[in-house]
Amino acid sequence: MQNDEIIRKINQLLIDEIEIDVNQIHPAADLKKDLGIDSLDFVDLFVIVENNFGFKMKAEEMTDLKSLEDFYSYIIKRINPN
Amino acid sequence: MGIYSVIGKNLAEVKDSLYHGRSGIIFDPARKALGFRSALTGMVDRPHLKGILDRRMRIGLPLQGEYAYISTLEALQHAGIEQPYLDAHEVGILFGNDSSALPVVESVDILRQKKDTMMIGSGYIFQSMNSTVSMNLSVIFRLKGVNFTLSGACASGSHAIGIGYLLIKQGLQEMIICGGAQEINPESTASFDALNAFSTRESEPTKASRPFDRDRDGLVPSGGAATVIIESYESALKRGATIYGEVIGYGFSSNGEHISMPNVDGPVRAMEKALSDAGIKPFEIGYINAHATSTPAGDRNEAQSIDLLFGKSKPMISSTKSMTGHEMWMGGASEVIYSTLMMNQGFVAPNINFENPDDATEKLNIASKTTPCEFNAFLSNSFGFGGTNSSLIIRKV
Repeated sequence: MQNDEIIRKINQLLIDEIEIDVNQIHPAADLKKDLGIDSLDFVDLFVIVENNFGFKMKAEEMTDLKSLEDFYSYIIKRINPN
Repeated sequence: MGIYSVIGKNLAEVKDSLYHGRSGIIFDPARKALGFRSALTGMVDRPHLKGILDRRMRIGLPLQGEYAYISTLEALQHAGIEQPYLDAHEVGILFGNDSSALPVVESVDILRQKKDTMMIGSGYIFQSMNSTVSMNLSVIFRLKGVNFTLSGACASGSHAIGIGYLLIKQGLQEMIICGGAQEINPESTASFDALNAFSTRESEPTKASRPFDRDRDGLVPSGGAATVIIESYESALKRGATIYGEVIGYGFSSNGEHISMPNVDGPVRAMEKALSDAGIKPFEIGYINAHATSTPAGDRNEAQSIDLLFGKSKPMISSTKSMTGHEMWMGGASEVIYSTLMMNQGFVAPNINFENPDDATEKLNIASKTTPCEFNAFLSNSFGFGGTNSSLIIRKV
């Protein structure tokens, strides 16, 4: 999967599954402050990522994710490690 | 008051169904496919809450919580209470609920399939607990008062109103949102079906629930949610609220015998306590909304209990379960609403399908048809497994 395709898919999942307003989605958005993703939503992101990207997120890695760009990078690295 | 039931999704629809003796019972093929002995059930559509509640509020709500959200919205509106009032006052919530089977089954199914608790997601825990209704609604409506759930089997909703009444009477709360909620799904009733307690009159779903009738053969499970706003008289006066009824008596007891077989003595003591608490005599009760679920033993015992106390005054009696089926955890609250609607509209709803009495039920004054009737006080019975009994008395103000 190409990187831009991964980003589009993440955005769509955030809109459809977490019900983030499309206008709030931009790479610099802070996951908690701007997108309102709280600790319970991170639990659901775990399920969403495994069901849609086929791998398990590690809880200790999730604490380092601050911005949406961090989240994109994390998913891209797990899917395209090289 | 607010109601979301198998005979109507709001007070107006329910009043109409009660008046016209409409049944909410259907045959559910999915239950038959699962191996149910009886596929009969009350049925109501699932509320659509997307766009009304945000995602976080929705994903913690099980089916009965969704019903209860709708009934509570109507109750608040009916009582003239808006969010700023709830924000500025210590309003509590006490709901009757005694299961949340579907989310438990679904979350364990995920675990068994995925072998990873993290794949269960964040919503199921809040859906799965018995306190799910009071837990969720207290957050949605930002309530600051008493907040817990009562699990008293099929008397849960009635005990919730009774305990709420006592807290207000004690001066500990000014206003409490009380009610009962019951999920409608095969998962929650499969083990009940196993007891051979359900009617198998599957060829005539609307005739299956026939409390007090000689040919009754079991109950029909049902559900929904019912909400009543109870408050101190002073609070109601201060708000200029329309008062639809006054809770004047709550009686409770335990049979102290069998886990599922009812008796006569327990209900008699609950009704006596309610009368004593209300400070009224049996002849002052104009209508009794019986618990009568349409089981052979339960209806017989309740008929004998009522006859012992009300044999002389013979108030009008009906079991609205003839139309709704057995709303279980919800029933004690919904039946207070049904009866209050009747009291305010001057009629007694029919005990539909009551065609022939038996030797115990022939002694009662059972309304087989809609009956114009002015009454100033009613008694509502609710009994449950373990021999829990609750009787409430409500009076016109």
